[in-house]
Formats: sequence, C-alpha cells, structure tokens
Amino acid sequence: MKKSVIKKIGMVMSVGAVAMMFAGCTAAKTSSKGNPQTGDTIKIGENMELSGAAGGYGNQMKQGIKMAVDEINAKGGISVNGKKKKIDLKVKDNKTSTTTSASVAAQFVNNDKVNAIVGTATTNAGTAQIPNITKAAVPAISPSATDPNFTLQKNGKVQPYVFRACYQNNFQGGTAAKFISNTLKAKKVAVLYDNSTDYGTGLAKAFKKSFKGQIVDTQAYTEGDKDFKAILTSFKNKKVNAIFVPGYYSEVGLIVKQAREAGINVPIVGTDGMADPKLAQIAGNNNAHNVYYTTPFSTKASQSNPVAKKFMATYKAKYHAEAPTFSALAYDSVYMIKKAIEEEKSADSVKIAEGLAKIKNFDGVTGSITVNKHHDPEKPIAIEQLTNGKVSKTYQIK
Amino acid sequence: MQIFFQQVINGLSLGSIYALLALGYTMVYGIIKLINFAHGDIYMLGAFWGYYVINSWHFNFIEALLSAMVVGAVSGVVIEYFAYRPLRHSPRITALITAIGVSFLLENGMSYLFSSNTRSFPQIIQQHNYNIGGVLISNIQILILVTACVLMVLLQLIIKKTKMGKAMRAVSVDSDAAELVGINTNVTISFTFALGSSLAGAAGVLIGLYYNSIDPLMGMTPGIKAFVAAVLGGIGSVPGASVGGFLIGILETLFQSIGLSAYKDAVVYGVLIIILLILPAGLFGKNKKEKV
Repeated sequence: MKKSVIKKIGMVMSVGAVAMMFAGCTAAKTSSKGNPQTGDTIKIGENMELSGAAGGYGNQMKQGIKMAVDEINAKGGISVNGKKKKIDLKVKDNKTSTTTSASVAAQFVNNDKVNAIVGTATTNAGTAQIPNITKAAVPAISPSATDPNFTLQKNGKVQPYVFRACYQNNFQGGTAAKFISNTLKAKKVAVLYDNSTDYGTGLAKAFKKSFKGQIVDTQAYTEGDKDFKAILTSFKNKKVNAIFVPGYYSEVGLIVKQAREAGINVPIVGTDGMADPKLAQIAGNNNAHNVYYTTPFSTKASQSNPVAKKFMATYKAKYHAEAPTFSALAYDSVYMIKKAIEEEKSADSVKIAEGLAKIKNFDGVTGSITVNKHHDPEKPIAIEQLTNGKVSKTYQIK
Repeated sequence: MQIFFQQVINGLSLGSIYALLALGYTMVYGIIKLINFAHGDIYMLGAFWGYYVINSWHFNFIEALLSAMVVGAVSGVVIEYFAYRPLRHSPRITALITAIGVSFLLENGMSYLFSSNTRSFPQIIQQHNYNIGGVLISNIQILILVTACVLMVLLQLIIKKTKMGKAMRAVSVDSDAAELVGINTNVTISFTFALGSSLAGAAGVLIGLYYNSIDPLMGMTPGIKAFVAAVLGGIGSVPGASVGGFLIGILETLFQSIGLSAYKDAVVYGVLIIILLILPAGLFGKNKKEKV
C-alpha cells in the first residue's frame, strides 16, 4: 500500500516536472529572438577569469571594463535613440573553467537577460560560452581570445555572435616572423612556447608557418613553470640568433632573466602577452634588454593617440600603475559595444551584434579598429623594444 | 662536456628545492601517516612573508630566511592543531581529504586577499656568475645548495641526536606505545609539523630570491613534485627525501636538455607510477611486514 502511494506521488511529480519543462519550452519559443533592452538600463554581463590560472589577466580586464563603464555612466550613459541609458554591469567569475564559463553565460542570457557580454579572457572559456549565447542571440566580445578559429564555425562561416578586440594569432605570429627575418636579420631561431594555453600553441604554429629562416629547436613549457635553465642551456649550445617566446609576461619574464644570466644575449622576441610593465620587474631591469614584442598599444604610440593618452592618465590616477595591454583591450571592448548601440540606435542584443560587425575606423585605445568579415579587428601593429627595462624604440609595421 | 656539467648544476639547484619540500612531506608522513598536501602552500606562505618583510621592514637575507622559517613553523602547527588534530583517530582518507581542503583554502585565500598577480621578489642579493671552465654558476645557486644542505644536516642531527628527535622516532614506530612510556604525542607531532613547515618556509624565500617571481599558486606544482620525490626516496625516510629531491630535479633537467621539455612533468609523474608499481617502499624505505 505504502509503496504504491510513493509510486503515485512520484508519478505526479514527474508529470509535473515534464509539464514544467514544456512550459519552459513554449515560453522560450514565444519570445522574440534575442534579449531586448528594457527599462532605463543596458545590461552588460562580464564573464571573466577572476580566479584560477588566468585570474591575473582577468582582473586586469576587470579594471579596464570598470573604467569604461564608470566613464560612460558618469556622462549619463549611452544614448539610444536620443535617450541616455546607463550601463548595468553584472560581473561573474568563471574561475578559468570551461564548464563554469558556459553556466555563467547561460545565467547571463537567461536569468539576467543581458544585452551583451564582455568576455572571456581565454579562448577555451570563450569557446565554451558560444552555444549558450548563440541560442539566446546575445553577442559576446572577448578582449583577448586570440585563436584564429575562435570567431569561426566548423564549416568556416563566421560565428554571428562572437567578436574579439585583440589580434588573431596568424597576424601576430606572422608579424613577428617577418620582423625577426627582415629587421633583426636572424637566420637560426629557437621557439620556446607555452603549451598550456591556446595563445602559446596557436602563436607558435602561426610563427612556424610564416618564418622563412631555420627553426633549430622548438621547446615547450607550461604555465607556472619557473625553471627554464635546462632549455636555455641547450639553446645556447645550438648557437641561435634569436629566441621567439609566445607566452605571457609571468613566464617570459623569467625566461628573459634566466637567458641573460646564462650568458645568452641574442634578441628575445614575443607577442602582446608580454606587453606588461611587470615583465621588466620579473626579469630585472638590467636583464630586460634586446627584448622585442608585438603590441597593439604602445606607450610611445599613445603620445599621438588622444584616446590612449586619456586612458593611460586615468588608469594611472586610479590604480597607480602603468596600464597593461589587457586593461586597454577590455576598455576598448566596452566602447565597441557603445559604438554598436549608437550606430544601430538600439540596445537589443541582436542589434548590438549587427552593429559590432559593422564597426569601421573606431578610435580605441589600441588603435583605429575596423571589424572585418571574420569578426577580427583590423588595427595597426607595433613592435616595442626594451632596453634596460624601458621601451626604447617603437617599430611601426605596415 | 661543458654543457653536461652546466645541466648538472641546473639540475642540482632545482633538485635542492624539491629536496627541502620533500623532507616536510616525508617527516609528517613518517609520524602520522598523513600526506600533508598543504605543504606546498606553506612554501608559498614563506615566499610571501619574505616578500613583505623585505619590502616593508627591510630585512636582510638571513633575517628574512629565519623569520620565514618561524612563520612556516607557526602556520604548520596552526594547521595541524585546527585541521588534523581533531581527526587523529578517524580514517586516513578523512585526514587526506582535509589536507587537500586546507591546500585549497590557502591558495584561494591568498589569491583573494593579495590578488593572483605574479609579483617580483625584491633582489636583496645581487646575482653574479662564476665561470668555472665554461660552466656558469651563480652565487644564488651556491647559496641555495649550501642552505639546503645545511638545513638537511641540521634536521638529521635533530632527529638522531636530540631527545625530541628520539620522541619523534618513537611516535613514528608506535604512537600508543610511545604514549605509554610517557611521551606526549601531541607535542611531538606539533614539533614535527613545525620542523617540516619551517623547511618549506625557507624554501619559499630561496625560490623567491632565485626566480624572482611569486604568486599564490606557486606551491601547487612543486608541492606535488616534492611528493613524488618523497615517494621515490621512500616515504618516511629523511635521507631518501633528500636524494629523491635531487634525482627528480636532475631527471627534469635531463628531459628538458634532450629536447623533450613538453614531457618533463609527465616523466616525473611517470616515475611516481613506476616506483609505486615495482618498488613501493622507495629507494630508502624499509619494507615492513604487516603483523597480523
């Protein structure tokens, strides 16, 4: 008797659950595509790596995003069809985890009904959120996901709701390869890359594809490694003319330090993950010489770019440090959304996506940005040279 | 040949850090059969302590090293008191899970309080290289090697020659019998934690100085590799941990120098699997028979 009662209750409950699921389905079907803008605010979700392996970069981006949002809100907000609407920023930590990133994106688009998302910092976490945002038709702009395929579908078509503010790997790796053979005239190059991130592996691949000289050795390390002496000693033995190090400043700083201490004085060339004042601090100023990296945003170039100049000054006043590249890219991401909203005269999520795809000659901190058909930003690239820990020269690459 | 010796030097200086950490693992395991996974994070605490006292109180190297050892010892004792002592008589797996929990608490707590950014360690000792027949060795490498060796000898003396050391050995053989003959096991266990953790604190400052880069997650990988070193040497054996540490350091360097850098971590963990399969007691461990 008792058993059958339990069974019955179970039946009722499961029927109820199924009914609720169907109710959810129909509700989703009846609403129009995307998240329309409602009330007096534009909701932007920040899906960011605030802890975990990429927490350092995520927090720099958080600063950039906050600066941009505060600035916009202080001026009354973004004007949508003549009416000023403030940004309501919602911040969630994805813990540098793909599953958390996907669930953060689901919460943003379904519960918070955001109009656009800024994030994520890494390609992996960014790729994980694509199914959820595409289903909900909400655009996401990543400040720093550099994998060439990040904005593309499997069949090579562009992902309609995925954008980025940074260079993609092929462009940056190719630029570095040209610079090493044409400007530095190095023939024998060793590659030492971070194989725990898409950033490092992607750039190493792109570099190898476009470098004309001889690559004598390719070695890998993982994020958090501190000892590179063994690898560098073997590079020294192979008499390389230059070392290409696609990776982030925390490890590249150590590579520079240990290379110089091991008596290797050849040029060390890297990419925008190195563009951080901390690089010279970790390497030590007297070691940070003959070091080059590609960057969209250079302290020298900022002299001639009024947007960058203002950004640098505000950042310094607020955080008492030189602005890192990641903060600049995140800051630009928010302003790209603003630009899209103003152009489309609407902050509905679908309209923002359309607007982002059409951005042309937008003056950001990281240069004049035009979004191309693959949703990659086209902007000028520079190479900075460090001498004694300070930027001594900037090469403009055309 | 030059290259070979250079790589040996590289391997030894890396290995001495693993050895210092492995000693802490092995001592704690020897006495209460607990693998203290929070050990690597005490090393991180030592590095952060060094960072703050050198920057704000302008300590010199010796002061920073000694105070970091004290801080390491105190945090080891506190962790033991609050996290492991209440579980003294519960199954070993409970204590093991607690150790992992403490490790996460320390890592994420430090990330929360001090941000997860990488910091540069103040360089209180100017680095310069000595060139011995084409082999470069820096004063900091020598310093690390010497400090590690001195601390290991000191530890061996404490364990073998002092009354406390005798008590430690007694508790590790049979804690109930030790209690019967009047040894205070709680004090002895606390002392073991203090000793092991002070070595981790010292390793933190040495690494900070050597690599000039510290972050809240820095204890994770070295901690696990030191654990492998302890198992390799024979977990519970103090000389085994030192030898295991140096062996792991040299092995890692070897694989990087022959161009298999991408596999260096895999090799270390592979060693763990092989040792557990064919020599579970490790190189120096005693093969104890279970009494029924």
